[in-house]
Amino acid sequence: MMDENYNFGFLDERTKKMIRRALLKAVAIPGYQVPFGSREMPFAYGWGTGGVQVTASIIGRADVLKVIDQGADDTTNAVNIRRFFARTTGVKTTEKTAGASIIQTRHRIPETALTEAQTIVYQVPMPEPLFRLEPRRRETITMHALAEYGLMNVKLYEDIAQLGAISKTYDYPVLVNERYLTSPSPIPKFDNPKMHMNPALQLFGAGREKRLYAIPPYTAVRSLDFEDHPFEVQRWDHACALCGAADSFLDEMIVDDQGSRLFVCSDSDYCGERRETGHVGCQQAVHIPDALAQEGSAS
Amino acid sequence: MTALLEATDLSKTFTLHGRGGLALPVFSGIHLRVLPGECLALTGHSGSGKSSLLRCLYGNYGATAGEVRIRHQDQWLSLSTAAPREVMDVRRLTLGYVSQFLRVIPRVSTLDIVAEPLRRLGVAADVARSQAAEWLARLNLHERLWHLPPATFSGGEQQRVNIAHGLIAGQPVLLLDEPTASLDADNRRVVVELICAARARGAAVVGIFHDDEVREAVASRCLDVEQYRKPQ
Amino acid sequence: MSDKLLLSVRGAGKQFMQGSRLRWACHNVSFDLYPGEVLAVVGESGSGKSTLLRLLASRLACDEGSVHYDVREEGAAPGLVNLADLSEARLRWLARTDWGFVEQHARDGLRMNVSGGANIGERMMALGARHYGKLRAEALTWMERVELDASRIDDLPGTYSGGMQQRLQIARNLVTHPRLVFMDEPTTGLDVSVQARLLDLLRELVDQLQLAAVVVTHDLAVARLLAHRMLVMKDGVVVEQGLTDRVLDDPQHPYTQLLVSSVLTP
Repeated sequence: MMDENYNFGFLDERTKKMIRRALLKAVAIPGYQVPFGSREMPFAYGWGTGGVQVTASIIGRADVLKVIDQGADDTTNAVNIRRFFARTTGVKTTEKTAGASIIQTRHRIPETALTEAQTIVYQVPMPEPLFRLEPRRRETITMHALAEYGLMNVKLYEDIAQLGAISKTYDYPVLVNERYLTSPSPIPKFDNPKMHMNPALQLFGAGREKRLYAIPPYTAVRSLDFEDHPFEVQRWDHACALCGAADSFLDEMIVDDQGSRLFVCSDSDYCGERRETGHVGCQQAVHIPDALAQEGSAS
Repeated sequence: MTALLEATDLSKTFTLHGRGGLALPVFSGIHLRVLPGECLALTGHSGSGKSSLLRCLYGNYGATAGEVRIRHQDQWLSLSTAAPREVMDVRRLTLGYVSQFLRVIPRVSTLDIVAEPLRRLGVAADVARSQAAEWLARLNLHERLWHLPPATFSGGEQQRVNIAHGLIAGQPVLLLDEPTASLDADNRRVVVELICAARARGAAVVGIFHDDEVREAVASRCLDVEQYRKPQ
Repeated sequence: MSDKLLLSVRGAGKQFMQGSRLRWACHNVSFDLYPGEVLAVVGESGSGKSTLLRLLASRLACDEGSVHYDVREEGAAPGLVNLADLSEARLRWLARTDWGFVEQHARDGLRMNVSGGANIGERMMALGARHYGKLRAEALTWMERVELDASRIDDLPGTYSGGMQQRLQIARNLVTHPRLVFMDEPTTGLDVSVQARLLDLLRELVDQLQLAAVVVTHDLAVARLLAHRMLVMKDGVVVEQGLTDRVLDDPQHPYTQLLVSSVLTP
C-alpha cells in the first residue's frame, strides 16, 4: 500500500520534471553525460541514489517494477529499493524479467532478452569512463566535446603491452552511436554485447556524480578494442550447477576449505525460469585440485 | 657572354658598437665582373680586405653599400636583397665557397662532410659518399681518416677536406679563400689542377692565392683590393 | 625548398600585466617561414622568445598582429589561414598532426604514466589507428630512428635518462609527419655530450624529413648548427634577423655584437 506521506515516487513533481527534461536531452544525445540536480535521498551515496531518481521520475501507476542487484532479486540492495518504490508508489513489483516494464539494476543486465516495451535503469557509481586516466572534469568535458578519445586507446594499448591483454573485465568502455565514449556502469564485459541494438530504452543514473545518460532503443554500442586484439567476453569451463545453463554469467562461490567452487547463474530469475521448465544442472560443487595454481582459468 | 657574378659599388665598413661605435672601413666602391672560365685573383697585403670581399660575395658578410648579383637558374639574383632561403638555394646550386678555415661540424665524419653538398642536390647517400671518396683520394687524404671527424686533423688535412667540400658539387661560381695555404707542393699541384679543370668546364672563379706560383698557374686576371681601401 | 609559404607572422605581440603596468612581453614580430626552413629565435632570458613561440603555436592569443598558417584542409581553398579564426577543435587537431612541439623539459611533453611505445603511438591512436601490432611496429621504427634502444619500448619514461626522454619526445611528435615543429630550448639542461648527440639527431631528422622548425634557444652554437635563419630578440623586440652565418659572423645590431662576443669558446 502506498504511503500517503510521500509524493508519488518520493520526489516532488518539479524535481521529476527537471529529471525528465535531462533524460530527454540524454536520449537525444546517446551516451552524452547530462548534469542534473541530484536530490538528497533517504539512503547514502553508493547505494543507487541515481538509479532510484531516474526510476522515480519515469515510473507510473501502471508500471511493473523489477529490481536486481548483481543479477539477484533477493539481495539487500534490491530488496530495499523494491520496498522503497512499493511504499512510495504502490506499483506492482515482480521478480520476472519478462513481466516487468521497468527494471532497475545494479551491475548486471538480465539474461532474458528485453523488449521495446521495457526500460532498464542502471545504477552508475562513476559516469566518466576517462576518470582514472584524466581526473580533471574540465579536460574530460573538452575531450568528449571534441571526441578526443586517444587517451582511452592509449590505456588499452598499455594493458596489452604490459599484461598481454586488455585487463578491464567490468565497466568496459564502449562507444555509443559511434560518437560518445561511455561507461556502461560496472556490468561485467560479458553483458556489453547486450547493449548493442537493444530494443529497450537504457537509462543511466549517477546520484553522487549528479549526471545521467541514455542509450535509446536500437543504438549501436561498440566495445573498444584493437583489430588484432578483438573484444572478447568471459567464458567458463562449467555450466550452472542448478539449471545447467552454459550461456549465462556464472557466479563462482567457494563452498569449503578445500576451495571447491559452485558455479551458479548470477541472474536468479533466469536460473529459476530454466529450472521451472525442467532444466537441471549437475547439482554439485566442482572440486578443483590445487586451486591456486589454476587461478585465472575462468577468465 | 654573360657574366656569372657581378659586384657594383660594393663597400664594407665594420661598426663596433662595443667600442662606442668605432667604424672600421675595409673597402669601398668595388666593381667586378667574372665571366665563365675566368679566375679573378684578389691581391693586396694581409688585412686589406680580400677575405672580407670574398665573404661579401658569398653573403656571409652584409655589404654596407652596393650590390652583389649572381647568375642563378638563368636569371640575375641580387644576393644583397635576396631572402635567406634564396641565398641558401644559390649556395646549394650555384655558388661554392672554400673558406680559409674549416668550420667543423662536430661528430660528422670527413666522408659525410664532403658528401653533404651532393646530398643537398638530391644525390643518393651511397653515390655521394663514393664520389666524396674519389675527391679525398685525389687530394691524397688517407682512407683511414675518412671515417673520422676532421676536428683533430692537421691544418693541411683540414684544408683538403675544405677544398673537396667546396668543389665537389661543381657549382658554376666558386669562391676560394687561400685554398693552398697549408699544403705541400704535391697537393698544391692537385689543387691547381682542380681549379683549372673547374675553369675549363666554364666555372667563374674568384680566389685569394697567397702563393705566387699558384696564382700564376690559375688566375686569368687580378684585382688589387688595396686600391679600394676607403680613405680614413 | 618549396615556394609555398608555410607560416606567416605579421606584427604579432603579447602583453602581460606586470604589477600595475601593461608590458609587451613580445612586440611587433614579423617573419615568413617556408617549408624546410629552420629558424632560430635567440635571446637571453626576458627577451620574449618563449612567449613568441607560444604565440606561434597558438598556446597564447595575440594581443596585436596575427599568425597565419597553411592549414591544407581537404576541400578548402589553398593558402594561409589566420590561426585566430580556427576553432579550438581545429587547433587541437593541427597541434596533434601537422605540428610538433618539443618542450624544454621532456616531462611536460610526455605522458609519464604510460610506456614509451604508448607515448609514440598516442597520436596515431588519436587519428584512429586500431591495429596493436602495427602501432607497435611503427613505435619500434621510430625508436630506432631517434636512436633509442628498442627493448625499452614497454618501459615508463621515468626510467629513461634525460637525453632518452628528449628523444622519446621527438619521436612522439614526428610520428604524424608534421610539417612544422616548434622546439623550446630542446637541448638545455642536458649533459654536454648528450646535448651534442641530440643536436646531431635533430640536424639529421630536419634534413631527412624536410621539416620546418622554429627553435628557441639561448645557445648561439645550437643556432649555428641547426638553423638557416636567426631572429635575435631583446626586451620583446626583434633587433636583428637574417641568414644565420651572416648574423653570427657579421652582426650589425649592438646587442647582437654583444651576444656574439660574449660566447665562450673552449
